[in-house]
Amino acid sequence: MIQRLITLAPMTALLIFGATGNAFAGGRSEPWQMGFQPAGSPVMERITEFHNLVLVIEVSIVALVLGLMCYIIVRFNAKANPVPSKTTHNTLLEVVWTVVPLLILIVVAVPSLKLLYYSDRVENTEMTLKVTGNQWFWSYTYPDHGGFEFDSVIVPDDELKAGQPRLLTVDNEVVLPAETNIRLLFTSADVIHNWGVPSLGLKLDTVAGRISETWVRINKKGNYYGMCSELCGVNHGFMPIHIKAVSKADFAQWVETANKEFARTGGPAPVRVAETEARERDD
Amino acid sequence: MADQETAAPGGHDHDHHPTGWRRWLFSTNHKDIGTMYIVLSMVGALVGGAMSFMIRLELMDPGIQFNLFGAGEEAAYFQFYNVLVTGHAFIMVFFVVMPAMMGGFGNWFVPLMIGAPDMAFPRMNNISFWLLASALVLLLVAAFTQGGPGTGWTVYPPLSSAEFHPGPAVDLGILSLHLAGASSVLGAINMITTIFNMRAPGMTIHRMPLFCWSILVTAFLLLMAMPVLAGGLTMLLTDRNFGTAFFEPSGGGDPVLWQHIFWFFGHPEVYIIILPGFGIVSQVVSTFSRKPIFGYLGMAYAMVFIGFVGFAVWAHHMYTTGLDADTRAYFVSASLVIAVPTGVKIFSWLATMWGGSISFRVPMMFACGFIFLFVMGGVTGVALANAGMDIAFHDTYFVVAHFHYVMAIAGVFAMFAGFYYWIGKMCGRQYPRVLARIHFWSFFIGVNVLFFPQHFSGMAGMPRRIPDYPDNYAGWNYVSSIGAFITTASTLLFFFIVWRTLSAGEKVPANPWGEGAKTLEWTVESPAPFHTFEELPDMTDKQAAE
Repeated sequence: MIQRLITLAPMTALLIFGATGNAFAGGRSEPWQMGFQPAGSPVMERITEFHNLVLVIEVSIVALVLGLMCYIIVRFNAKANPVPSKTTHNTLLEVVWTVVPLLILIVVAVPSLKLLYYSDRVENTEMTLKVTGNQWFWSYTYPDHGGFEFDSVIVPDDELKAGQPRLLTVDNEVVLPAETNIRLLFTSADVIHNWGVPSLGLKLDTVAGRISETWVRINKKGNYYGMCSELCGVNHGFMPIHIKAVSKADFAQWVETANKEFARTGGPAPVRVAETEARERDD
Repeated sequence: MADQETAAPGGHDHDHHPTGWRRWLFSTNHKDIGTMYIVLSMVGALVGGAMSFMIRLELMDPGIQFNLFGAGEEAAYFQFYNVLVTGHAFIMVFFVVMPAMMGGFGNWFVPLMIGAPDMAFPRMNNISFWLLASALVLLLVAAFTQGGPGTGWTVYPPLSSAEFHPGPAVDLGILSLHLAGASSVLGAINMITTIFNMRAPGMTIHRMPLFCWSILVTAFLLLMAMPVLAGGLTMLLTDRNFGTAFFEPSGGGDPVLWQHIFWFFGHPEVYIIILPGFGIVSQVVSTFSRKPIFGYLGMAYAMVFIGFVGFAVWAHHMYTTGLDADTRAYFVSASLVIAVPTGVKIFSWLATMWGGSISFRVPMMFACGFIFLFVMGGVTGVALANAGMDIAFHDTYFVVAHFHYVMAIAGVFAMFAGFYYWIGKMCGRQYPRVLARIHFWSFFIGVNVLFFPQHFSGMAGMPRRIPDYPDNYAGWNYVSSIGAFITTASTLLFFFIVWRTLSAGEKVPANPWGEGAKTLEWTVESPAPFHTFEELPDMTDKQAAE
């Protein structure tokens, strides 16, 4: 408890001021970090704000119970109070400790549901990114920009360049424009994975046979990191996410090069399922 | 714990029971079966605890620490790590907490507390135990079969399907759970029948000790949740072996269907784990405060209410699977409601202590520790119930911290409270006091150092079930592992205490706790004779035995 109180001040400071700096200095965790990563999207800002409310309630309840227990230990131990009382009922008290928690829960539930619908709602989106989970890497498709697709695979420890964070660096980062409402579609090629980016308040399962949807708006240019957040087999811990948020102009430029770099060999002709299967049978 | 000596001194020499291994293998005696459950739970705790210690050793520093399979065999090691994660959960849930609470204390003390001579179905009681023992063997075999099941205890398909877990490991795991489930259902039927039909004259249901209430509610949860798990497991088994496609998208099935089935069982399961703990803590708090429990009816029906609502909140484990927002909104509201009856329980325990004349013996220390840990885990539960915010917490170490506080560690504290409370009754010898106090403090400090920093790692975004993590998470992981060392040392101390108690503990009178201990088990001698209440106690004119 004391530990929790001590951590409260720097944590809150981090939460409040971390998100308002000029250049986005976040996107991944810091050593000895105690709170959320600085918010990089409107959803994460609201999550942080809501959590600040809930944290106050949490700490108050723990403090109340701990305080009462300490008082009881001092005041009602056998030495201090040799004759126990016989009280076993107090209707008013019982009503109060049922109703007051209910009221507190309503205080929590209202902003909670607002946040839920806000984070779920897809605003007028300007583009779409499709994320496909694979064992054990991510594939990204840009259907609104020519439909090019590429894989994003972890860079092993011995191939890291200076300054690249271990276990978070990929060969092809997913590039997205900042200050843009982006629709995100999720599916999986095999087992369930989860595309989680803490600083953007994103986390959604990729499930084979389903397409799930959410949205994001990245406030500032910068690098945002995440990891697979659903156990998906032996290399579950080794399929990071690296989002590089750039200006809209830079993004348009990147799309042009990406369209060439990641163009499907043999042209964009649609894959014929029957042929593919025949080929697989021959293999 | 009990041995041949339990063929009680004083008046019960005519007891005939098989001796040697026959006494245990063929046992139909609720006390002997209870003892066997507790021994099984201790064996499980050693195995499951060792697994978690290995996990914490691996996570102590960034990088791969203990690749047992040698360089180039990372995949085998990561699979082994996943098997540790899976095995730790299964063993702690099914083979430590459940056998100790329901099988151990439930078997021992429900008949004693309600004044019954034994359980309603003594032979079924025997098969319940041996099914569970077989299940443990099957699970351990599964862990060492062709890489083992690295699916997590949630066994989500497609990862658990034949395509991604070929080989018999997952099948063995499924069969193990089937046996454990059957064991639980039989045990639950036994408890319900016993409690409904075998209460002593005058022991009305509203006079029954709260521990019996907690076991009754738990038994109903088991009875309703376990068959659902069994159905899901069978579907998974046929998916894997007989070409069905319940959870297989390419055959029109749906992996998310499994999650609904699993969590429809899985959420009541966490109450199955903690409810008997509520019961134990209620007995202990009342005894050592020398006061009847405050708000007895509210306490009993809070558990009933928790049991009911526990079946209607399962999808709060699935906020990130892509559920519809309205669905999530319902599950947020329902999940938050659970805070009300649990709050009633917390405040009633405090009110029981209020005005009491409390002696802080070791069971009471563990009960107070339970209340603190349960509240700590409870408030983070209120945070996690919010689907919008859960996006930030889901699958991070914050969740690990939450459920270890609220369910695992709180449950273990309740188990220790029950152990120290009843060990005198079970074996006739008292625990060594000083060592037991050291055990409490070292365990309390150990688990807090172990789990509190995981809140921080989780909020900073560290995912669960990973063998290695980005370097910036190193600090709190190191602290957490230090906590694991303290906790492990404390656990070993506990086993030493068990040995000291059995070999050199001082003899215990029928009621070592004084006037606060009003329940019926304290009216029989210690250790409890092989057969008790051959003449039923008449409770008609007595005060409620709460």
